[in-house]
Amino acid sequence: MSVATAAPAHPQASATGRTPRTGRLSEAVSKAGLHVAVIALTLAWITPTLGLLINSFRPGGAFNTSGWWTAFAPPFNFTLDSYRAVLGASDLAPSFFNSFMITIPGVIIPTTIAAFAAYAFAWMKFPGRDWIFLGLVGLLAVPLQLTFIPLLTLAVHLGLTSGNTLPFGLNAGFIAIWLAHTGYGLPFAVYLLANFFRVLPQDLFESAEIDGAGTLTVFFRIILPLSVPALASLVIFQFLWVWNDLLVALIYVGGAPEVAPMTVNLANLTTSLGQGSNLLTAAAFFSMIIPLIVFLSLQRYFVRGILAGSVKG
Amino acid sequence: MGGLIVWLPALQVDWQTLLTVNLPALIIVLVAVPLVLFFYIVGAEQIVRRSPKKMHGSIRPWIWVGPAILLVGVILVYPMFGTIVRSLFDRGGSHFVGLATYGHLLTDKGILIVLRNNLLWLLLYPGLVLIFGLALALLSDRVPYEKPVKSLIFMPMAISFVAMSIIWQFVYYYRPPDVPQTGILNAIVVNLFHSQPITWIQDTRFNNFAMILIGVWGATGFAMVILSAALKGIPGELLEAARVDGANELVVFRRIILPLMMPTIVVVGTTMVIFALKAFDVVYVMTAGNYNTDILARRMYAELYSAGNHANSSTLAVILLIAVVPVLIFNIRQFRAVEARR
Repeated sequence: MSVATAAPAHPQASATGRTPRTGRLSEAVSKAGLHVAVIALTLAWITPTLGLLINSFRPGGAFNTSGWWTAFAPPFNFTLDSYRAVLGASDLAPSFFNSFMITIPGVIIPTTIAAFAAYAFAWMKFPGRDWIFLGLVGLLAVPLQLTFIPLLTLAVHLGLTSGNTLPFGLNAGFIAIWLAHTGYGLPFAVYLLANFFRVLPQDLFESAEIDGAGTLTVFFRIILPLSVPALASLVIFQFLWVWNDLLVALIYVGGAPEVAPMTVNLANLTTSLGQGSNLLTAAAFFSMIIPLIVFLSLQRYFVRGILAGSVKG
Repeated sequence: MGGLIVWLPALQVDWQTLLTVNLPALIIVLVAVPLVLFFYIVGAEQIVRRSPKKMHGSIRPWIWVGPAILLVGVILVYPMFGTIVRSLFDRGGSHFVGLATYGHLLTDKGILIVLRNNLLWLLLYPGLVLIFGLALALLSDRVPYEKPVKSLIFMPMAISFVAMSIIWQFVYYYRPPDVPQTGILNAIVVNLFHSQPITWIQDTRFNNFAMILIGVWGATGFAMVILSAALKGIPGELLEAARVDGANELVVFRRIILPLMMPTIVVVGTTMVIFALKAFDVVYVMTAGNYNTDILARRMYAELYSAGNHANSSTLAVILLIAVVPVLIFNIRQFRAVEARR
């Protein structure tokens, strides 16, 4: 059977006029070159991280006197000392907690509000709709730095600073950071979601409305479930951006340890301890754990949603 | 990851303190924030339903789009104009000085170095990200282990610039020539090229490139993934047909692959240009702007916090905006062109 189906393909292949022997040899050489290039680039890319990872498991003074690559030779001295030291010595636990306090609302608020707005932009008619959307596209490029001074003044006026405590012991500085991340994230979020919502099949909504479904039902029962890839990629994007942010946190809460997230803590450690401290290696890896878990587990959606939203446009 | 979870108890973390830091606040965050958002939209819809039917069409859109417009207005648009106006006043904010601060800053030697550095970032960062991203997308497309390769190169995307800077501090680490080098780059320089170790972060011949390389390392994975998706969107028959006609790989790349990927390359490129202009964290952590590595965003932060000079700070922010305006206009035109094709 297989011979019979394979046979007709054969003459066609030789008809393309390639002399098999020389072709195969140069092909093999270029194939080997390809593998070497890909593997070399990949190794070059992971080496910096690998170096830090290995150093974080070496005993205190070791990485100040010899390169991390020497750890591969006996004696194999690996320890958790750096991790223990960083957990004991720095404000790691509170800043880890603060990162969650900042990131969870910093993702939920802009994503939800953007979904509401994107629904209106994609499926409702209102005066100025296209111009407002165009304005949002323009705002995508505006540097955040432009907003700091007036916004900071406003936050101080409203009492949204790390010095104030709201009911339930909620630090007012958090509110300022949430709102800042919401505003900064909204243009991209609305843009991504509106582009996705717009290409959903229209008949779906029409038939739902004929069946008597209200706006809320259409939104929660039809649009949101169909937009999971776009929502997921937006959530990951916003999560990484907020969790890894240093600048916005520095601006709105400065160094206040009650509110400072891990990035601020880590940046302070770098400047106060200087290079080559063993605390830094472990602290850096601690700050990477959560985003890496989120990223690796949701990587698939990330790519799919971004492509659907922006590239295909 | 599994190994890590097994090790956690061995770290003797005081999880008790971690959890009692501020539990009520965390509960507010997890429950109250989503509830407020949910009740807003449900409540507002109720109001629409109670209103006369004729007005539904004119009220409803504003309820859905209102919070976004309000927040963008307060957090982005109002401060943007505020900063532009502020840059025209003196340090104390009471006297109108017109463009005096601009004239003063643009002739300042330190600022000129800042602008030069930003220009270096602007040219090299997007360029190198695109070159590496495109090369990796094209090469990895032809090997069977494409997936793990892409995941590994994409990984820095999840890491903060602060952590990236720490990773690279160890790569660039310098020790005097008479002791073993612990930074891999200087180890290569000393052992393979038998040359003196280089102070990558302090040496003004290299340090700006050293900073930019960190950024490139972080962003290439993002570019690669998007470009790779565009590459896979090119119909295979098209490439086959060209190859059958005797076109070699270089011609196939230049005449078919590159033109078809151009729209995606432009999207990735403009995104990287914006990133390059906004770059802050790497320089903040690595050098704090010393050794002639300062860039606009970090200088603006320093003027705001260390110097407390709102006039200089606002002016630098506006200079940043002026640099972005071409990208902004380009983005809008691209968007309208895509809209027109729909």
